[in-house]
Amino acid sequence: MNIVIVAVGGQGALFASRVLGAVALGKGFDVKVSEVHGMSQRGGSVITHVRYGSAIASPIVEEGYGDMVIAMEMLEGLRAVPFLKKGGTMILNEQVIHPMPVITGKMAYPDDIAGKVAAQGITVHRMDALKMACDAGNSKVVNTVLLGAAAACVSGIDRAIWDDTVKTLAPRKYLDVNLQAFDKGYTMVKGNTK
Amino acid sequence: MKQLMLGNEAIARGAWEAGVTVSTAYPGTPSTEITEYISHYNEINAEWSVNEKVAFEVAMGASIAGARTIVSMKHVGLNNAMDPFMSISYPGVNGGLVVVVADDPGQHSSQNEQDTRWLGIAAKVPVLEPADSAECLFFVKEAFTLSERFDTPVVVRLTTRVAHSQSIVITGEREVVALKPFDQPHGKYIVAPAYARKRRVVAEERMAKLAAYAESTVLNKVEDGDSSLGIIASGVGYQYAKEVFPDASFFKIGIANPLPRETITTFVKKCKRVIVVEEVESIYEMIIKSWGLSVEGANLLPRVGELSSRIIRERITGTAPALLQAMSENQIPVRPPVMCPGCHHRGPFYVLKKLKLKVSGDIGCYTLAASPPLESMHTSICMGASIGMAFGFEKARGKEYAAQSVAVIGDSTFWHSGLTGLIDIVYNKGYTTVIVLDNSITAMTGHQDNPSTGKVLDGSSVIALDPKKIAEAIGIKRIREVDAYDIVALEKVIKEEVAAPEPSFIVTKRPCILIKGLELPDETYVVDTEKCIGCRKCLAMGCPAISFVDGKARINQLQCTGCGVCVNVCPVGAIVKSQGGAV
Repeated sequence: MNIVIVAVGGQGALFASRVLGAVALGKGFDVKVSEVHGMSQRGGSVITHVRYGSAIASPIVEEGYGDMVIAMEMLEGLRAVPFLKKGGTMILNEQVIHPMPVITGKMAYPDDIAGKVAAQGITVHRMDALKMACDAGNSKVVNTVLLGAAAACVSGIDRAIWDDTVKTLAPRKYLDVNLQAFDKGYTMVKGNTK
Repeated sequence: MKQLMLGNEAIARGAWEAGVTVSTAYPGTPSTEITEYISHYNEINAEWSVNEKVAFEVAMGASIAGARTIVSMKHVGLNNAMDPFMSISYPGVNGGLVVVVADDPGQHSSQNEQDTRWLGIAAKVPVLEPADSAECLFFVKEAFTLSERFDTPVVVRLTTRVAHSQSIVITGEREVVALKPFDQPHGKYIVAPAYARKRRVVAEERMAKLAAYAESTVLNKVEDGDSSLGIIASGVGYQYAKEVFPDASFFKIGIANPLPRETITTFVKKCKRVIVVEEVESIYEMIIKSWGLSVEGANLLPRVGELSSRIIRERITGTAPALLQAMSENQIPVRPPVMCPGCHHRGPFYVLKKLKLKVSGDIGCYTLAASPPLESMHTSICMGASIGMAFGFEKARGKEYAAQSVAVIGDSTFWHSGLTGLIDIVYNKGYTTVIVLDNSITAMTGHQDNPSTGKVLDGSSVIALDPKKIAEAIGIKRIREVDAYDIVALEKVIKEEVAAPEPSFIVTKRPCILIKGLELPDETYVVDTEKCIGCRKCLAMGCPAISFVDGKARINQLQCTGCGVCVNVCPVGAIVKSQGGAV
């Protein structure tokens, strides 16, 4: 399984990748997770990779071989399309964060991103994860909402394992908010795919 | 226990298991987390040093005094530590001394792609290169054994993808290692020529012994597969190649210096075609070819940037799947990193731009001021260089040019290597103005403490050094402190100081907005759309919280920190406090 998480630095891609990695490890898979630290964390595009299977060599998902992209922001989702294989899945947060070339008026923010992505034969699960996070009680748990949505697309892993892992890795103070956020994402995708 | 670990965490774990008792480092991506994880082990006396040279010197002293010691830095950090690094090679060590250096192919967070393998060769010290976290842990332990067995510092070279990837490790117990006696023969650690000439010979003998060791070590691994294609690779390059050619024969190099000539020769002769897969530099390829063997590498693979499975697949097999693309790449706006909303640095750089000053910059979050829309930094070369370089401007263009230029440097970078440049200005009668952007933390690398934060690595308190007092002690008379959010005061002070015919020292103050537990103002700011004339002047500050929608500026309330720097930029007073404002 090849998962790519794309986000704007500071959105919490690391937490989502660590939960995915821990779940896969618990299921007995070989796992590699590639993270981003340093300069791009300051509001730049960030990409983390999660790979699991019987034996994993490269820690990086090769373009064209991705099973799933979790996009925490629309434009970053658009940028990440080449990672996906034909028929891959994208969890797409509808949140828009303008990058500097858009803020300064040099470029336009592309329109109808979800449509453009879907036109490539990609299964798109789009959601307003920011609103769902706020409903769960904290605007910062956008990452957990999307993680829940991704989990609903992954076969062979019981819901309880996801919940337990979120419980283990989420900060104690924000445990309930994270569990609720996870449930919102999970339920939304399960509802879509029934 | 089987667990997922970051490469850097596995280095820390390996050091702990190897019985290390002293650890030093200066933070630098992608090496920083090594020392952060090491700080969790109570048995290790660990520090953030002032710079890599000092880190290396403290580590040398600890090793010679008998302790197993690890010193960590990024690749360009080793340049700062090059004098001790090159000089300790001949004398050798006492307690094991391991130097972890993290290279950054692809320049994710660095000014260059320099390859530490070259420097290991130049220094005549062994270089180990792990390819995943399990190897990080094992290689570090092995490095300590080698260091003591061969009386040499040992480099463990990481790259970003190894340092910052998690993979499975099985941890072990800590070996308790007693301090070695501190009573070596007189002269071993004296590099005066009479002693050092003798050690020069010893260093050559040591490399010959290490070359023999490399022939049989478990650090190198031959994986017999289909002999029609043989791959020689190390580090993450091995992983990428394994992904593309799972059935090929592999010679996986674990010790990059010295290479095992006999076993590589046997491998090359056994395979029909041999390709050396290495990132950036063709070091293995060059050495192997010098033995008269026929291998490929640089003829196929790029020598610039990171490798990837796709590059290897495309360049070697000639076929790679066509990629999906929802929009052509050049139409998708890039998203470079930016100064955060509420960043200390925005105000000072806005003012520097307004005053049209030539800005000699340095390394840190503030280097982002070089990017649009602020574009108010004109040079940034290496740690600490800003001050000396600004003085160079003055030397080249005359004293009056000091009124048109400034040096800017962060607090941690000032301590790292800015101080000597400042002394040079005073000593050589310069006029240059130096601005220390003091955000009370080493921010870019993820919030490490430094001499002016009042805390050390273990979290305990210490006296906070004040850059102003240092400047005063050096003999600078014009010393000012300004609130970094107060752009009116900033403009006034900077104007006055660059004009003064003597050196000036300005400290701008405001803690990094990302410091945990920082108290933010209660109120955010909003745009009064009735008043906003859509002039875009506020957008020129490069604040990610401000965007332009339907011809008017808009402030994202989730992102606004209430710093208020934009208020004085608006020509019509349309930016107002969210409570009690018109919107």
